Order: sequence, then structure tokens, then C-alpha cells
Amino acid sequence: MLRRFRLEEPESVSEVSELLGRFGDSAKIYAGGTELLLAMKEGLVQYERLINVKKLKCKDVTLESGQVTIGALCTHHELETSQAIKENLPAFAKLEHNVANVRVRQVGTIGGNLCFAEPHADPGTLLIALDAKMIAEKSASTREISAEKFFIDAFETALEPDEVLTQIVIPAPTASARNAYLKFGYLERPSVGVAVAFNLNGQISSMRIAVGCAGPAPRRVQEAEALFEGKSKDDAERNLAEAGLLAGRAAEAISDLHGSQEYKEHIVGVLLKRAFLSALS
Amino acid sequence: MAKPMSKVSEAQLIPISFTLNGRLQEIEVQPHELLLDVVRERLGLTGVKRSCDVQVCGACTLLVDGRPVSACTTLAFEVRGRSVLTIEGLAENGKLHPLQQAFIDHGGFQCGFCTPGMILAAKALLDENPDPSEAELKHFMHGNICRCTGYKKIIESIMAAAKTMRSGK
Repeated sequence: MLRRFRLEEPESVSEVSELLGRFGDSAKIYAGGTELLLAMKEGLVQYERLINVKKLKCKDVTLESGQVTIGALCTHHELETSQAIKENLPAFAKLEHNVANVRVRQVGTIGGNLCFAEPHADPGTLLIALDAKMIAEKSASTREISAEKFFIDAFETALEPDEVLTQIVIPAPTASARNAYLKFGYLERPSVGVAVAFNLNGQISSMRIAVGCAGPAPRRVQEAEALFEGKSKDDAERNLAEAGLLAGRAAEAISDLHGSQEYKEHIVGVLLKRAFLSALS
Repeated sequence: MAKPMSKVSEAQLIPISFTLNGRLQEIEVQPHELLLDVVRERLGLTGVKRSCDVQVCGACTLLVDGRPVSACTTLAFEVRGRSVLTIEGLAENGKLHPLQQAFIDHGGFQCGFCTPGMILAAKALLDENPDPSEAELKHFMHGNICRCTGYKKIIESIMAAAKTMRSGK
């Protein structure tokens, strides 16, 4: 049961930002609503006002000067079917193809997913590995937040109260780039997600590893990345077990319905190995 | 600001017009009204079911502009200017849709509670992909849950309907 709220439908980012500033915690941005409305129906959160941002013009996917720019209002369905995403970021297209179910993908937006920061979400983990930037705007300013700095805690991001996430910018992978995202879970949402991204030119460089879902927020695992840097494929494969242990610990896994801490740490290691091998193939 | 904002305590009414099963509807809704409640309680079409209420089970599936949504978690004002199809709108001139006929012919349901959602989701699938593989069908349909019978006969029903629809009968 939803309690009554008022609806605002601004048409520009500065209007949205102004409303957020004016109404503070009593208002919330509403885009697809797939996560927000559930929390409101459960009575976990309540807002006097919802600010429907779907009149903003952030719905495009563009490829320009080596960057894929995704409008925050793109739905998961638009991203799973986007030609630009499928061609340039197939791992991301596959991730989007497997988000929740067809109805959630139809209305849920990438921006809403990232800003809601539900711990058991897929996109943030891969975006950290792909070194994506979040574009945060308010009335008079725009700034970039790297994906790895964006997620602070469960349901908490680096956005200021009156900032709006408008775009996600991902460096388009070069010919030598390899990346993959794998998840595992037995409930509706994943228990663990692991992403890897690196360049392969005889040896491995620019290795990035991220883990998500297991703990409060997706995070980069630099301590495990060092085990791959400058290594040949074969040498890197020999380090997979150790990297998996490090990544498992770094996941800050929590025991909950999705599995015990030890179980999730183990699965992080398994997925890291599989993600690395799948990125190579 | 574009327009002055009124107090939270006053009811806000949003006039919307949309197409429901091919017929124009013009109603006023409050922002918090859910599409499921509007269709079931105000417009009297009870084929769409409330079940899990959290977008997991698919019993509340409706098609909006041909695509499946969970009516339990869709705000009613969102369908303004759009076309909504419920199970009641699927048969044409008293003739069942091939999916409805196939579910009957192949025993694709038992209690029937999930069936309106199953059939509408399957329609969206076949409209976009008239000849799905079984893997594609399962991926598309995995968000629609049946707790009676298992999925074998549902899959058979959808595959049979796909064949009928491709043959243009």
C-alpha cells in the first residue's frame, strides 16, 4: 500500500536540483520506480513528494571520442538492446540482459539503479572495473565522480543532496581490452557479482577487479589486481587462487539470506577465476 | 519554478487519457494510485492479479505499448498517452488469441492464477521474437512464476502458439 504523495514533474536538471534543495529529505527523485516504490510500499521509506525526472533529456547512448556515454534515464531494456552497447561493451549488454526480469528491465533505469545503491545490484560492479565516470549535475555546476568513489555504503552514494546523476561515461574498450562480469545467486537478487577488466598485449596490464553484492557496496580490489599486472596469461592463471582469497576478503561480505560470509567469500574466488578465464576466451 | 506547488495534504489529481484494450479511457488519478488498483477496482478488469506485490512473480503483468510491466509497481499516471492491454482485450470478436487457445489445448494452466500474466508476457515475447528458441523463451519468461504445475506445459503451449502465429492462422 502506497501512502499519498505529491508529484513534481520538472523539465530541467536545475529545476530538479532546486526542488531537491528546497524539500530536502521529504522529497525523492523518481525515475523507473522499480526499487523506490517497493521500499515505499513496504513502509521502509516515506516521502511527501516524488520528483519524476523522466522529462529530462538523458535517454541517449552515444559513442564519441573513445567514450560510451549513457544517459541516466536509459532503461535496462534499452541498454540490453542498444547496438552501441552490444558492439562496444558486450559484457555490459549481457549484464543488462540478465538484470532481474523482463518487467523490471522494461521500466528500471540505470541511473535509478546506481543512485538507489541497493547492495545486491549488478551494474555498479562492472562500471567500477570499466573505470566509468558518473556525471553529477546541479543548478550551477557539473562534476565527475569515478565509479569506485560513487558507492559509499548500502543505499548511500557520493551524490550531494541536490545533485542529479545525468550520465555515465565509460571508456570504450580498445582491441586489446578484455572484460567480463559474472554473478551467482539463488534468490531473486545475486549473492555475489565479480567483474574484471584488463588489456592483453602478450602480458596483462591495467588490471581492474571489482566485487559487489556480497557486502554493503561494490568496491574495487586493488590488492588483487597487483597479482596480474605485467604477467603473462599463464603466470596470471597461477595467481588466481591467491587473488580470489584477497578479493573474497575485500568484498566485506555479510552473512544474510543470500549466504554466509564464508560462503560468499568462497564464491567471490570462484567467480573471479571464471570471469578471468571467460574474459581471456 | 514552472508552476506553484500546493500543500501535501491536498489531493492532487492528474487527468490522464490512455487506451485500454483498444478503447479510450479518460480518468483522474492521484499520484500514488497503482495501475493494478485502477484497472481492477476502478475499471473492473480483474484478470490482472495481485500476488507477490514486489515485481517478482508476474501475476500482475500487463502490456503497456506492447511491453510487459508489473502493474503492482507501476504508478497509474505513467500510462497517460499510452496503450494498455489486459487479458480481457486479447480475444478478438469472440475468437481466442492463439496463445489462449494453445494454453487450453496443451493444458498450460492448472489453477489459472498466473495465466493472464503468462499469456501477456508470452505475447510480448512472440511479438518481438516470433520463433524463439527454448532458451530464449525461458529467459524471457523466467520472471513469471507458476506454483501449480511446473513449466513444461506452459512452454509447450507458448511454442505451439508461436507455430500457429507464424503460420498466420
